[in-house]
Amino acid sequence: MSSNGKTGGLTSSQKRKIRNNMTGYAFILPNLIGYTIFVFLPVIFSFVLSVMSWDGSQRPMEFVGLANFVDIFGDKIFRGTLVHTVSYALMTVAPTLVLALLLAVLLNNKIKGVAIFRTAFYFPYIASIVAVGAVWNMLFQPDFGPVNEILKFIGIQNPPRWVVDKDWAMVAVSIVSVWKYMGYYMIVYLAALQGISNSLYEAASIDGANGWQKLWYITVPMLTPTTFFVLIMLTIQCFKVFDLVYVMTGGGPGNATKTLVNYIYEKAFTTWEFGPASAGAIVLFAIVLIITLIQFSGEKKWSKDL
Amino acid sequence: MNAKRKATKVILYVLLVVLAIAMLVPFYWMVISSLKLNKDVFSIPMRWWPETMHPENYSVIWKKLPLVTFFKNTAKLTIITTIVQLCTSCFAAYGFTKCKFVGRDLIFLMYVTTIAVPWQVYMVPQFILVSKMGLNDTHIGLILMQAFSAFGVFLIRQFYISIPDELCEAARIDGLNEFGIFRKIVFPLGKPAMATLTIFTFTNVWNDFMGPLIYLKTKELKTVQLGIRMFISQYGADYAWIMAASVCSLVPIVIVFLSCQRFFVEGVAASGIKG
Repeated sequence: MSSNGKTGGLTSSQKRKIRNNMTGYAFILPNLIGYTIFVFLPVIFSFVLSVMSWDGSQRPMEFVGLANFVDIFGDKIFRGTLVHTVSYALMTVAPTLVLALLLAVLLNNKIKGVAIFRTAFYFPYIASIVAVGAVWNMLFQPDFGPVNEILKFIGIQNPPRWVVDKDWAMVAVSIVSVWKYMGYYMIVYLAALQGISNSLYEAASIDGANGWQKLWYITVPMLTPTTFFVLIMLTIQCFKVFDLVYVMTGGGPGNATKTLVNYIYEKAFTTWEFGPASAGAIVLFAIVLIITLIQFSGEKKWSKDL
Repeated sequence: MNAKRKATKVILYVLLVVLAIAMLVPFYWMVISSLKLNKDVFSIPMRWWPETMHPENYSVIWKKLPLVTFFKNTAKLTIITTIVQLCTSCFAAYGFTKCKFVGRDLIFLMYVTTIAVPWQVYMVPQFILVSKMGLNDTHIGLILMQAFSAFGVFLIRQFYISIPDELCEAARIDGLNEFGIFRKIVFPLGKPAMATLTIFTFTNVWNDFMGPLIYLKTKELKTVQLGIRMFISQYGADYAWIMAASVCSLVPIVIVFLSCQRFFVEGVAASGIKG
């Protein structure tokens, strides 16, 4: 071929391009292959399964249209799981958020031993749910448990029977959840608090603002994007709840604490009804998608404001 | 004015101490109960300090429960998953930030769109797939299903973006090939992000309950969390033993947490900002 670097019909710049492509793919392939097989395909497959009838056996799957969705929405237990999951979210999100913010504000002061307190508050988060569930189940023991002993001590004659009472079981799960996760969101808030310029507080001090006013008129508004983020994360987390319910109540008493993911799990892995299980999973997906879309629109708003 | 400030500080301390104690009381109760006799755990009136200590509870559960096997299994799963995830995430992050190739943005879009999909949405088809590969009830199946995460790629990518391209360009002119640039320059600079990902994956896999619950059926393969859970349902009324088993399951993670606390905290902040 000609002398200016052309070999085999390719210019040197074409060759470089091919080499660049190959190097690029070489770097991403290990992850891409695994991710495609174990995440991407299953995600697509879960949509497919949701309109199929299949028990996982050799028998081929059968297209049933929206029958699975009709089935689960006609199922009283499924509708119940939606109610339980929403009520769990309602009971959990606000207290976690408020307490996390409060702890973060307290810890954002210049005091000695901050690290120790931070560790103490964060500690429940890293403890495993199995261990935490076991100890709280005993603390909530209705007849001799410490929680009810304390409640009786302060004068409550008939304390709730917690995990064995269908009206209180979810409250108990919520309390544990708030206790376990507020430390995590406290750290998120602490990081955000560090980003608030000190000059704002100094200016407010000159204007004669007291601590509460600074908290209410500077800290809280400045933290709005973080609060929004925490709110979204917490809500999504609540809709995904499984382990805590599973280890504390097993979905009981009756089906009083059965959540959406408990339902998916049981349909899929105890009765092997993959169709309804996947339909339930798509409902979960739709909920999370809606929350995520709200997050996107919210983020756009904050970034415009700033 | 000074006195007032001092008073505020005292109130603050008292408040923090009370809150910290309230947060930690369940753990205290767990430990003291693990040292009581089974029948004394719920004694009335409540005892905040056991009259007699029964540390032999620990040797009892050690005999009743193959804890060593469970710990080995969990450690194996945790370490291998973390390493695989760390390596593939770093590689991919380098590809996505420092290499130009056809379809890069499209593939990245695929990662972006799936990162927000909760695992619970696709866990059923994923299980079917892993089973069809004959990997149900094996450790390798459990490792494969959690080793490839979009989150890991994102976290590392976020960090690699901040490494100036000029640095890589200079190395390229000096004759380093792409792998050399990755190994000698970008990879070492990415250590803080890797620490965050390590801690994150380590805690997640160690504490994971639902994954092993779905995948592991053979007793010899079970993890600590699953084993403790099994023990709890088997010895439902042996409260002290259950608490002793729970304490055992917490010890390793507590050690890791206390020794790498800084990374835990920085990690939360980093992943929080990411979202």
